[in-house]
Amino acid sequence: MAEDAIIKYKMLAIGGSAGSLDVILKIVAALPFISHLATVIIVHRKNDGESILTDLLSSRTKLVVKEIEDKETITGGTIYLAPADYHVLIEDEKMFSLDASEKIHHSRPSIDVSFESVAEVFGISAIGVLLSGANADGAEGLSSIKEANGFTIVQDPASAEVGYMPQQALEQMTPDKILKGDAIGNFIKALVQ
Amino acid sequence: MLKDEEIELLVNELAQRYGYDFTNYARASLRRRINRLLTIDRMPSFAELLYRVKNDPDYLTYIIEELTVNVTEMFRDPSMFKVIREKILPVLATHPFIRIWHAGCATGEEVYSMAIMLEEANLLNKSLLYATDLNPSTIENIQKGIFPLNRMQQYSENYIISGGKKDFSSFYTAQYGWAKFNQKLKRKMIAAMHNLVSDRSFNEFQLIFCRNVLIYFDKVLQDKVLSLFDDSLEKLGFLVLGSKENLRFSVVAKKFTQVEKEKIWRKTQ
Repeated sequence: MAEDAIIKYKMLAIGGSAGSLDVILKIVAALPFISHLATVIIVHRKNDGESILTDLLSSRTKLVVKEIEDKETITGGTIYLAPADYHVLIEDEKMFSLDASEKIHHSRPSIDVSFESVAEVFGISAIGVLLSGANADGAEGLSSIKEANGFTIVQDPASAEVGYMPQQALEQMTPDKILKGDAIGNFIKALVQ
Repeated sequence: MLKDEEIELLVNELAQRYGYDFTNYARASLRRRINRLLTIDRMPSFAELLYRVKNDPDYLTYIIEELTVNVTEMFRDPSMFKVIREKILPVLATHPFIRIWHAGCATGEEVYSMAIMLEEANLLNKSLLYATDLNPSTIENIQKGIFPLNRMQQYSENYIISGGKKDFSSFYTAQYGWAKFNQKLKRKMIAAMHNLVSDRSFNEFQLIFCRNVLIYFDKVLQDKVLSLFDDSLEKLGFLVLGSKENLRFSVVAKKFTQVEKEKIWRKTQ
């Protein structure tokens, strides 16, 4: 199937919930600028109007960090953040869309929803990363990325502040890598370069 | 996994047989809705769903309701409602008669939120609130004014952030897990079926709400619907969109000016 000897990853999808912020900040700090690789971060949070998360992530990287708006063009080298209260879907390799439908696993944004959509559109050129959390969201979605031949990483539950979410994933699937929170950033950096 | 051709088959069937045109709905979301329907109705295959659509007209109302997203809440994005309360209502108050359109209002919570604010500003008597949706159940919902009681705490918090001063529970009576809203709130509501894809402008308004509807449309349909709103707004009227929607890149963009940082635009040309 693969015509190119080297797989070019185009989409890095990171999902996290309770206890994932520190790891996300470290991953973001390690991410190099790759012109064909976009990053989307889906993190459970409250819809409290103004978000400081974008600013917080921006302070750790030179890459552009922004919340996704409806039908936004997917641009490589950019870090996108799922907005509170919306699911993030991928229309095609160049376009996000948003969806305000029912919560999944009590969550909107739901990691499962975005991971499944990433798997469908990006397949082998997707990387899925599931981090700390107290919720079963993300496990099925990560399985979808794996089934579509994307690369999957789960944070070692023992190293996670809340191990439930990565543990759920490990019970459903075998990821390509299980890594301690501190090691994920550098691993991704090596993987995509 | 659902194939693109299968989605097209269903879209064509719904359009040709029943006149519901989903052609320009954003595919990623529509695909999820169809998959969801297959799961909740425990259909073994897409073919089964298609057979049902072709042979069971009674199934139609249900499938349209399930394919469209009907999630809404009262005073959703309360900071936006605060701007309406403080900046827009005083402008509307100068009109002898106020016409508002809630387009694609789903179960109607937003219409009741607006009625509460108009009542509090002593404007409800000279207002008309048109509540439309493509799903017929909207009409029934608006007429009943009954919403799940377990949502009231959230709505009460939203109401307070929007600048509401009363005890939110004074607007409804609680019964068997439901909140029945004060009958006088609905005296100025007109509920009707209207499909933004295929139906035309039917009046001129000073304020149009259409929140979290455009996200389900592709850009072609978004432009078409925004033009419909442009045609349906008086000059200097207001258009309110969802918190992640924008008319910046649309065909009507140059005719509108954004109000503060909220997703409210004024028709200035």
